[in-house]
Amino acid sequence: MRLRLAMLAALLMFAGAAFATSGAIEPLPFKDHAQEVRFQNLTKQLRCMVCQNENLADSNADLARDLRLEVFQLMQQGKSDAEIKQYLVDRYSDFVLYDPPLKPGTLLLWFGPLAILLAGGAVVALAVRRRSRGNGASDNDKPAADRPGADEAADTGDDW
Amino acid sequence: MKRLLPFLVFMGLVGLFGFGIWWNTWHDARYVPSPLIGKPAPDFALPKLDAPGQTVTKASLLGKPYLLNVFASWCVACAEEHPVLMADARQLGIPLVGYDYKDEPDDARRWLREHGSPYDLVIADQPGRTAIDFGVYGAPESFLIDAKGVIRYKHIGPLTPEVIAKELLPAIAAAKREAP
Repeated sequence: MRLRLAMLAALLMFAGAAFATSGAIEPLPFKDHAQEVRFQNLTKQLRCMVCQNENLADSNADLARDLRLEVFQLMQQGKSDAEIKQYLVDRYSDFVLYDPPLKPGTLLLWFGPLAILLAGGAVVALAVRRRSRGNGASDNDKPAADRPGADEAADTGDDW
Repeated sequence: MKRLLPFLVFMGLVGLFGFGIWWNTWHDARYVPSPLIGKPAPDFALPKLDAPGQTVTKASLLGKPYLLNVFASWCVACAEEHPVLMADARQLGIPLVGYDYKDEPDDARRWLREHGSPYDLVIADQPGRTAIDFGVYGAPESFLIDAKGVIRYKHIGPLTPEVIAKELLPAIAAAKREAP
């Protein structure tokens, strides 16, 4: 009898847990599968403002839930993805977009990494060229020991 | 000089990372500038917290500047801000309108009864739909709205005596000057 009660309690707990998780991400009444896919794609590109490293699709924050519903309702009104994004940008700034637009304020964000890569590449190219020239000179010149400073030149080559 | 180069590169990196740490200690990563500043506040029609039958609209508050303070009884940082508002609300020289955000009206009324109300008027947005139009993403937030209904200034997070003195009061003075 006691065992049966314990099992019943356990079952109730599982039921409770299942209920809690189903309440976490609410099901929305999509018209068809295509609309659901579109909704998922769109909310993945939008940032949750409360927990800023999560997107709207994954976030369980209260505001994220409200915004998902808002996106859903805008979709029902026949708004395009671009219009829905603009709707949110008007209220929450470009920060809601995980893919920032290309404009003067974001040039550094877009091209900064490329600039750093080019600068790094230039430094490496310069170093390699200098080193190969240094080696060539010591090979073609008189025997190394005769030339003052030859040891130093060899040294700097090894340092890199 | 050549032997020093790796050391100098290393020191350069130390400087860069040090700057990153310093930057992050005073720069709030949660702060996102509102795109609504300088634009008309969104239209709203919300019930009064104390008299749910009465509706307050944006139009009904036009004519003089006011500070709209988003709060909620469940909001921990609002409790932190509350004593500051109690002490300094009168000093602002403009009405302080409370915006009860996603809250049970009973909880909000109890919270205000227990802590005291610094507000001249409290409107309630239980579903939080209008707050989306205001770009609210975390209470407390404060919007300075001028006589013509334009958002002049926004502060995210608790108002402190320093923020009030250095940012809010000058913004209020400017709003009064330009749109009396």
